[in-house]
Parts: sequence; C-alpha cells; structure tokens
Amino acid sequence: MTDKIPVTVLTGYLGAGKTTLLNRILSEPHGKKYAVIVNEFGEIGIDNELIVGADEEVFEMNNGCICCTVRGDLIRIIDGLMRRKGKFDAIIVETTGLADPAPVAQTFFVDEAVGRRTRLDAVVAVADAKWLKDRLKDAPEAKNQIAFADVILVNKTDLVTPEELREIEMRVRAINPYARLHRTQRCSVPLGDVLARNAFDLERILDLEPAFLGSDGGAHHPDHGRDGAHAHHHDGMAHYHDEEIQSVSLRTEEPLDPDKFFPWVQDLVAKDGPSILRCKGILAFQGDPQRFVFQGIHMILDGDHQRPWREDEKRESRIVFIGRNLPEENIRRGFAACQV
Amino acid sequence: MTDADTASLTERTRAIVPGGLVAAVHFLKDTAAFVLGEAALLLAAPNREQRRVAIHDGGILAAACDGQRLVTGGDDGKVMATDAGADSTIVAVDPKRRWIDQVAIGSGAVAWSAGRQVFVKTAKSEERTTDVPSSAGGLAFAPKGFRLAIAHYNGATLWFPNAAAAPERLEWKGSHLAVTFSPDGKFLVTAMQEPMLHGWRLADAKHMRMAGYAAKVRSLDWTADGDWLATGGSNQLILWPFAGKDGPLGKMPRMLAPAQGLAVEVACHPRQPVVAVGFADGLVLLVRLDDGAEIVARRPGAAPVSALAWNATGSLLAFGTEDGEAGIVDLG
Repeated sequence: MTDKIPVTVLTGYLGAGKTTLLNRILSEPHGKKYAVIVNEFGEIGIDNELIVGADEEVFEMNNGCICCTVRGDLIRIIDGLMRRKGKFDAIIVETTGLADPAPVAQTFFVDEAVGRRTRLDAVVAVADAKWLKDRLKDAPEAKNQIAFADVILVNKTDLVTPEELREIEMRVRAINPYARLHRTQRCSVPLGDVLARNAFDLERILDLEPAFLGSDGGAHHPDHGRDGAHAHHHDGMAHYHDEEIQSVSLRTEEPLDPDKFFPWVQDLVAKDGPSILRCKGILAFQGDPQRFVFQGIHMILDGDHQRPWREDEKRESRIVFIGRNLPEENIRRGFAACQV
Repeated sequence: MTDADTASLTERTRAIVPGGLVAAVHFLKDTAAFVLGEAALLLAAPNREQRRVAIHDGGILAAACDGQRLVTGGDDGKVMATDAGADSTIVAVDPKRRWIDQVAIGSGAVAWSAGRQVFVKTAKSEERTTDVPSSAGGLAFAPKGFRLAIAHYNGATLWFPNAAAAPERLEWKGSHLAVTFSPDGKFLVTAMQEPMLHGWRLADAKHMRMAGYAAKVRSLDWTADGDWLATGGSNQLILWPFAGKDGPLGKMPRMLAPAQGLAVEVACHPRQPVVAVGFADGLVLLVRLDDGAEIVARRPGAAPVSALAWNATGSLLAFGTEDGEAGIVDLG
C-alpha cells in the first residue's frame, strides 16, 4: 500500500492555468521527481526527462456497465513508467480542457495492474475566476471538472472584484460543497495543498469532513482559502443552486442495517451511476464497532472498515452524492429505509 | 514427478542477478537475454559469461525475438536489434521520439508501433507504415505469408505490408491487447482489457469468446503441436483447444496446476507437451499436459514472475521477476 506511487490528476477548462500549475510543481525545489503525462508536448517549459505525451483514448469496458470507461493510453503509459520505478516519486496526469475526469479516475480502480502499483491521490481542478461563471453556463465539461474535484484552485483572482470572487466561489460550492477550495493568482499555492492529498484514501475520508458536512449541499460551508479570508457567506447573500449538478447530503444517528444498505447503494449506483459523479460516506452499522467508509465514481464503489468508533464520537452515518439531476427524493427515501 | 525431481531442478538453477525488474526474457541461440525494465539487456551465455548491453536511453517497453535477433522498443523512441554476440544495431528512431509501445519480429522483418502508427521494416530494409484507429495494443506476424496483425480498440487489423490493398479489419467491441496467430495461421486470438480472450477464425471471421478469467490475461503461448493455447490470468494454467477446425468453439478449456497465486506468465516447451507457468507469488511450475503432473522449477519468492522463456531445444528455461530475481534452469 505505502509503496504505491501517488497520482495527481490535473483538470481545468482551457486557459484556466493547468500548465502554470504544472510548471510550478516541476520547478519548485521540493526534492521530489515527478513523471508527467501531458497532452500537449512543448507547453512545459521545464526540462524533465519523464514527460510522456498521452492520447486521451477513452475505452468503454465490456462489463455491462455503461459508464465504466477507462483511459487505455494511461494503462499503457503507467505500465511503461513502472519499468522505471525508483526514478520518480509521483505521477501527474494533465487532462485536456475538454476532458471528463471520470475515465481517468476510474482507470485506477478498474485496471488491476495500475491499481496494484499506483493510487489515485486527488483530482485537482483549476478554474479561471474571471471566466468560470460563463463556462459553467456553456461548457458541461467545466462543470463536470468542478463537480469531480477533490481540490479546486480558483485562479486569476486578481482579475475579479472581491464580490465577483465571492459569487464564483458560491457557484463552485453549489456544485461541489466538499472539495478543498484555494484562491490563487498564477496558481500560487503551497504544493502540499495540491499534492499528497490522499483524497481517495479511505483512511483519510475524515479529512474532508469540514467541507463535507452539512445538510443542504449549499453555499454555507467555510471554505479553506489560504488567505485567511474564510468566506462564511453572510445572510442575505444569494443562495445558489446549480440547475443541473447538485449534491445530496444525508445523515442519520440511527444505526444502519448493512443487509439493507449495501443492496440499496449497489442498486442505486447500478441504476443512477451515469448521473452520480462522486459519492463518499462514513457509516455506522448496527452492532459494528468499526467505522465503515466508502467512496465511488459513477458505478464503481470502494469501501472498507476504517477504525473503531471512539467513545467520545457521535455514531453518525453521513453520505454525500454529487451528480447530475440526482433523484434526491428517491435517494433520501432509500437511505431512510436502510436504518434499523 | 516427485519432490526429488523438484530438488534436482532447483539445484540445477543458475542464479542471475540482473539488478532490476526483468521485463522479458528470450533466448538468442542458447544465450539467455534478460530484458531489463531500463536501458539494458543482460546476456547470460552458456559458458556462464554475463554481459550487460546498454541499448536504450530509458525504459524498455517491448521486446520480441526470433532466436537470432532480439528486437526492443524503448521510451527513447528507438527500435534496437541485438544478437547473441551482443552486437546491437538501430532498426529505427522515431522522428518525434515517441514511445515505441510494441514490437514484433517475423518473416525476416521487424514491426513496431508508436501510438496509432504501425511500422514495418522488411527483410530488404524497406519501411512501410499504416495507421490504426487507436494505439496498438499488440503486434504479431502471421506464421505464413508477410502479414501483420495489429490489436487495438474495437478489434484487430490484418495488414499485408507489401500489398497496396487496404488492411482488413476484424471487429469486436472493447480494447484488444496482446495478439497471436495460431501456428497453422487459421485463428487470431487477442487478450482484452477485460479478463477474457477474443478469437476470430480467419476463414470466415467467426467469433470466439474465451472468458472466465480472474484477471487480465498478460501471457499467451501455443504448445509445440499447435493444439493448445496456454494462458495465464487464472489461479491455474488454462489451455484452450485449437486442434479441430472450430478451435475452442463450444468447448471447455483444460485447467491444470491449480495454485495459490495467479498464473501470470506461460511458456510452452518447444518440443514436448509441457508448459512452464510463472505465478504472481514467484512460483514457477512445469506442467506436463499428458497427465497434469507438476514439478516446481522455482519456489515462491517476494515478487511476481514477469518473464519466462525456453531455448529452442527446450533444455534451458529462463525466468525473471518484478523485483529483479532471475535464473536459468538446466534441464539438459
């Protein structure tokens, strides 16, 4: 587990600043070596022998799961990179501005050889503070990237007013309330906030709770801006709802029945997987001294016992689904029926 | 076969220290050529001499061998050919320095691919190229006639590099990786991204689905008589029957040598009905097809077997592992 190579996926619409972030990662003196998988050769100004060009070949899997897609080129490239294991500490995958992050992320769960040797660390989205609002209207890809991300950089904040910035952050939060959000100019962010996040590590799901908690999926979460300006969005500010992508957040202090919960959630992702982009949860099962954590991408679910519940801890189950036109009432009813 | 057989075999193993992951192994005459993950080959000659031959400036991504020449493709964009005397020549350098993903050798020609582009250098050193719809997952020359099979997404392409005609396309949904012709040239089989094989009977493009695997199949090899296709991808050796004109259509595979670990590498003995099987736990077994008898050729180790090959007479079996252990078993 520990010797798996961490992989960071960089997404972001055209011109948002992915290449700027990549150049920072490669040029800052952190003593780490990165293998970088890019789509456009030549944009990277840094000399790095482990830069590989990718083709973004998205392959459907013949497993009866319509949204189960993988990046075939990535499987091949990672297999090739692993021939040189020891020459790099981590892998960064840059995706094109129009890319859907799901096939990249799913590759790490679907391909056994890739999953055995690498682990998805986090999906990082770079968003352009000035243009994101427009892109969210006209580019479904941009919205997908925000919804999917574990870490979001709202970049080019110097090009907008504080009011505009607050508005764009609320729009981002309306789509994805649990990602870590950072305000940046020229993608200037401590690299520890972007790399080695362990966002896909079930052991670390707890880390996401401050932004992850909350019942309305709305804009009332403190963000985690590094500038100290915690934007508690004040009363009177517009409460944004995205018409298309929402999060459904569920919680209960009633213990769950695993014999009801697992069939329900498996059936849910089997039916609504195409519209569910991400899900995460911490669960308290009846008679189970351990916390159960899980996360998923579309139809793929990954879960395990994490650790015993502590004495001083409220035994509460919490789940978030982020997706497109989610059947919220169905989900709420189904979840309620899983309680003992 | 008895424990005494096993003891004698493991005693007759010459340990090799390649110094890194063994990506593949092939025999150049009776010299074992261990293809390392990076930069070099390690040639282990029968007189126990060892030579490290630096051939690539980076990772070695693919290798193929006809017993005389070992062809390798690297992430330095080079295609190299090396003989038993450690003489290496450049077959080609990709003008854009793209990764050379796949290589094949046959009919005196060499084939390689970089992404969607596939190249052949003929025996007369003429270069030909064709494009496939997605990156090539595997290449194989037909046993007869100058023809190359290219596996890719949603099927395979059959290309006569010397013919002007458009390549023939065999369709089947999904991502096709390793590819192999049956020794009689009647069937083409691919290993897929999913844990299954797909086959076509070339006379009528009839489909054959070979499923039931536990994992992606990474290794395929034909028995000496061509009657069986041996594969890894399961916790035992899987053998598909190809003796009849219908191949494995409507037939069950034979399953031999059930084991704890996943069978990852297979290599058929070049003369006898015996298959060497390398497992994910490092075990190497010799399996006799007549009666299913097994002999341990290498005991389990710390890492999966990643390379396995016989010399042309079947007197030597070379193996290598992901953590850089290797050896040559002398059965002569």
